[in-house]
Amino acid sequence: MSHRGLPAIAANTPVAGSRTGLVSIAAGSAIGVFNGFFEWFGNLGAFSWQVLKAGVTPPYEWRELIRQLDEVGSKSLPLVALAGSAIGVVISLEARYSLSRFGAKSLFPATLVYSVVQVMGPVITGLVVSGRVGAGIGAELASMKVTEQIDAIEASAINPYRLLAATRILACILMLPLLTLAADACALLTGWFAQAMVEPLSFHQFIQSGFSGATFNAFLPPTFKTTVYGLIIGLIACFQGMRTRGGAAGVGRAATNSVVLASLFLILADVVLVKFILVFFR
Amino acid sequence: MATVYDNAIPQKRLQRGGNVPVIAVDDLHKSYGSRKVLNGITLSVSRGETLAVLGRSGTGKSVLLKLIIGLVDPDSGSVRIHGQDIAGLALDRMGDIRKNMGFLFQHAALYDSLTVAENVAFPLTHHRLDMSKSERADWAGHLLAEVGLEGGDLKKMPSDISGGMQKRVGLARALALEPDILLLDEPTAGLDPISSGEINDLILRFQKDRQMASIVVTHDLHSARTIANHLALLNEGNVAIEGTFEELQQSDIPFVKEFLEQS
Repeated sequence: MSHRGLPAIAANTPVAGSRTGLVSIAAGSAIGVFNGFFEWFGNLGAFSWQVLKAGVTPPYEWRELIRQLDEVGSKSLPLVALAGSAIGVVISLEARYSLSRFGAKSLFPATLVYSVVQVMGPVITGLVVSGRVGAGIGAELASMKVTEQIDAIEASAINPYRLLAATRILACILMLPLLTLAADACALLTGWFAQAMVEPLSFHQFIQSGFSGATFNAFLPPTFKTTVYGLIIGLIACFQGMRTRGGAAGVGRAATNSVVLASLFLILADVVLVKFILVFFR
Repeated sequence: MATVYDNAIPQKRLQRGGNVPVIAVDDLHKSYGSRKVLNGITLSVSRGETLAVLGRSGTGKSVLLKLIIGLVDPDSGSVRIHGQDIAGLALDRMGDIRKNMGFLFQHAALYDSLTVAENVAFPLTHHRLDMSKSERADWAGHLLAEVGLEGGDLKKMPSDISGGMQKRVGLARALALEPDILLLDEPTAGLDPISSGEINDLILRFQKDRQMASIVVTHDLHSARTIANHLALLNEGNVAIEGTFEELQQSDIPFVKEFLEQS
């Protein structure tokens, strides 16, 4: 039996301790990471195109969309409301302490309103939904993929990009702003309550002072930027789920990657979106 | 005795002319990385015929079925369904062809968020918009009754029924759209002999009633002999021999003889 392959492999194996060998290993790894990075984005682009094509052409999957709106929206509401409430209390306590130091306690309502509506509300909602919904979609679709349910959908002449991905992504896009409004409302309510426990401040006074001089441009863009968060969460979770391989371990990886990548891209997108809002809406 | 096809649903089978094979696979190659799975497979199946594809594990039998239904793209070669080459067809165009194909997956691949009845009605809810909800439910119930599932079983979730029952549900789902082509991946794998026999009888009955073109991938030589008109034995990515069971028995090819002796 011939072993001609063996010396060839040995010849390419870097000798331990050789500087050239270590450099070639490092170069090889870097090229691998570089290729993997571009391959991932290339595949994401192709996936996005498939979903867009399927999503805008009939037949539309209204029933599945409504189911997903409930799954993403209604079922995330308690968690988002709780997170918003907690953030409201934290900002209230911190703002009161900081403003007191500078003798600017009268600015408390406006500080709380602007902090919650423009910064914390959208980001906290995005991260909470990314954790709950991103992991859920990633794990669900990955599980369907490894058990051939997605193949079965395709074999039944149903476009899985339309049925599974487009509906989930659209539900995330539509529900994120509404959930953000809910988180904002809870945060303002608990923030006011935390302040009112220490010093007398009526809710009417708080709202009037907090929103005085506020324009739609100050509040609408930060709320509606969460549609981009929804797109990121839905797209990445569906992409990770539908390309899963490798059984139960693959399902776990898909769920983890969905949350990690969606959260990361959400924060990176926030940098761009904040700059965009500052340039075009202020 | 009434069959599933006596139901009120209008028959929509296409009239095909000439002798064009319903399924024609020509010089099909498929590799995964450096591993060559299929190495120039050529097969054809006509209306009313059942071909059993046999072979050792990992010889690409399931891949062959997935290539035929377009779930996997070949490296080279062609798959023609009713004379139409499926290579490069858009997903929705491929969907039109798949409406005439039923596929039973090796592990049934039932939708785990739907009940047994909903699983069978699922293709109907997307493709038979002319049917009312109750008509779809009736048809699903009828198909499930034909495969021996009735009453409380219909409301159960797939995880609450046995492997044999899952295969039956998968078979009922594959037949929901009254396909011209039936692809069965290991329909009796993992089942006890009695359940295997029942599944074989069901397949035979549906074939007789419906005259579909079918390909059955199986390790079970007894099952293949029972339900297929002819058999193809795969070896190293190619068809080692194709013919009737008797022709396989008379073969002098060492691999064929060994396979039949060990089965």
